[in-house]
Amino acid sequence: MRNDSCLGLCRHLIPHVESSMDEPLIEFRDVTKRFGDRTILDRINLKIYDNQITTIIGKSGTGKSVLLKHIIGLLKPDEGIILFRGMPVHEMGKGEWDTYRSQISYMFQNNALFDSLNVFDNIALPLRQTTNLRKREIIRRVMTRIQQTELTDVARKYPSELSGGMQKRVALARALVNDPKIVLFDEPTTGQDPIRKNIILSMIAHYRRKFGFTAVLISHDIPDVFFISDRIILLWEGKAAFQGNYEESLRLDHPMIDELLHSLEGFQDELTGLLSKQVFKNRYTMTLQRRQLDTTVSAILFTVEFDLAADLFGAPVFEILRIMGQNMNDFFGPLGGFSARHQRNQLLTILPHIQLADAQALLDTFVHQVQEKAFSDIQAMIRANMGANMCLNISVKAGIIEGTSTDDIDIIIDKAESSQKIVAVYRCDQGGEAR
Amino acid sequence: MQQTRSQIAVFSSIGKSFLELIGNLGAMALFFAEGFAKIFRRKQAREIIYQVFYIGAKSTNIVLLIGLFTGMVLGLQLYYTLIKFGSEGVLGSVIALSLIRELGPVLTAIMITARAGSAMAAEIGILRISEQIDALYTMRVDPVRYIVSPRIAASIISFPLLTAFFDLIGIFGGYLTGVVLLGVDKGAYFYRVQAYVDLVDIKGGFLKSLVFAVLVSTICCFQGYFTHMRTDSYGAKSVSLSTTSAVVMSCVMILVSDYVVTSFLM
Repeated sequence: MRNDSCLGLCRHLIPHVESSMDEPLIEFRDVTKRFGDRTILDRINLKIYDNQITTIIGKSGTGKSVLLKHIIGLLKPDEGIILFRGMPVHEMGKGEWDTYRSQISYMFQNNALFDSLNVFDNIALPLRQTTNLRKREIIRRVMTRIQQTELTDVARKYPSELSGGMQKRVALARALVNDPKIVLFDEPTTGQDPIRKNIILSMIAHYRRKFGFTAVLISHDIPDVFFISDRIILLWEGKAAFQGNYEESLRLDHPMIDELLHSLEGFQDELTGLLSKQVFKNRYTMTLQRRQLDTTVSAILFTVEFDLAADLFGAPVFEILRIMGQNMNDFFGPLGGFSARHQRNQLLTILPHIQLADAQALLDTFVHQVQEKAFSDIQAMIRANMGANMCLNISVKAGIIEGTSTDDIDIIIDKAESSQKIVAVYRCDQGGEAR
Repeated sequence: MQQTRSQIAVFSSIGKSFLELIGNLGAMALFFAEGFAKIFRRKQAREIIYQVFYIGAKSTNIVLLIGLFTGMVLGLQLYYTLIKFGSEGVLGSVIALSLIRELGPVLTAIMITARAGSAMAAEIGILRISEQIDALYTMRVDPVRYIVSPRIAASIISFPLLTAFFDLIGIFGGYLTGVVLLGVDKGAYFYRVQAYVDLVDIKGGFLKSLVFAVLVSTICCFQGYFTHMRTDSYGAKSVSLSTTSAVVMSCVMILVSDYVVTSFLM
């Protein structure tokens, strides 16, 4: 039964991934955890690498949170060992264990904020209790995190006075206030709307880039979470059934992977309303590659870019993607085109049976529509959400390419990306004029 | 055969309960030892002061009120008993000794248990079920040091002080009924108090209040801290049952230990 859960994949896949990587930061070797008669982790083997975002996916009750709690020491394995940079954690002395723990931070699924402390005190707690920093330095560090997570207005409020999304941000600020090297996120996006989900995931990606920590993330938000993940670990029946990147997971032709990925990844991208990446690829394969060998295909890849200041935090960023997706669906859909969200801020459209010149004309018309309607919708939304004086610089790049249906979709996308140039810009300092 | 089996089951059940009791007492003793030792760690002063405020200062009013009426009732009851023997002149000494030796420490401890002990168990229980204790651990903040030690320290400071307040206001309550209401001589009342109350009585009363402080704080914190280990309930229900258990166990242990300490002091 134990081997059946992997169906031979585990042993096959792990060496493939390992060969291209350095020594793992954290490694589970044959770790077993039981609660009563129930075996949650069953001789699990997995590796987490330094400075990567590793996402753990799996059905509910497969031991994802249990796995994270083993990393930080809240739970101890019944069997097996956990290694940190090759050293078994259970053999660590008190000093080594403290050093190990001091590098890890944990963001709980339900935030676990102290409800009797206000936002400032919640975030300051680890600094006050575990460091000898002066009061002024603590205030400086806490206020920096509060500003970065846009909590300045609620710094003196209590958790019960905040919305769920704000509480998540407080938990994130608290998890990062000690500048940890490893941050464990237990379902940070659960219960959030599509916009907030993407904001939180982007915050994680942003902070990872900014501070260089290693993130281990539990999430059910597929495909959004894949946009920020370097590595995916699939838990299945107490084992790591797959370890690798998203592209590798898609190449697997296995019912177990299919069941999980395809059931979790919906028909549509929740944020943009476009086809999900997997469904998009399946449609491309089924409707074009398998039917007609020489069908002309044009592909347009859009990249939406924003102000650096607005990048990553504000809900408007994701609202813009939503509005762009809606416009693409409305414009290209009736022409037989189908679109998907390719990367975090990239949207892709395939136009079957349309040659490059016609596709270029369609793109020009679409860009005109974006400038006329979408930009004004976006700025109206920003002003409604963030205040009358708010404005966001936006630029849209587009790359257009012609191919045939026999071409690999990934190659088409790469070519479209390399041919991208700016097609529409909205600049606030020019009175919001689009060009 | 059937009867033998049921007899075995009864003894087995008694044995199991006894072993559980011994196990819990041992766990509580270790819990107290850990909590007490960590009182003397750094960064404790602020939390201890807050807990002294919460457990001690905020209990003062209710303790004074109960102390006043206890003294007044004692004054009434003892006056009508003593007058039968023509001994109403010793009213002050009887009231003072009853309060200092027994009623002061016991009633103060029970009142603090009801007001602050139940709050301790409930608050810590909620911290546990909402993963706030786990969160402390993940932040490398020792939960026992941060949550339990200040409460034990504050109880050890507050119980004797509140007992002293209770004794004083109780003696004053006895004065109100005995002297002001029923006409016992004012000088005789206070002279008897001074003449019959020895330092050993006061020390005994304070010793009891210290024992009660340790018992109440340990039991209440223990019940809250291990709420998640209860097998009879989960979540909010387990917090509710832990709070009830904490109050009941504390009251029982106050009375049991009162007898034990008294028997050693006599």
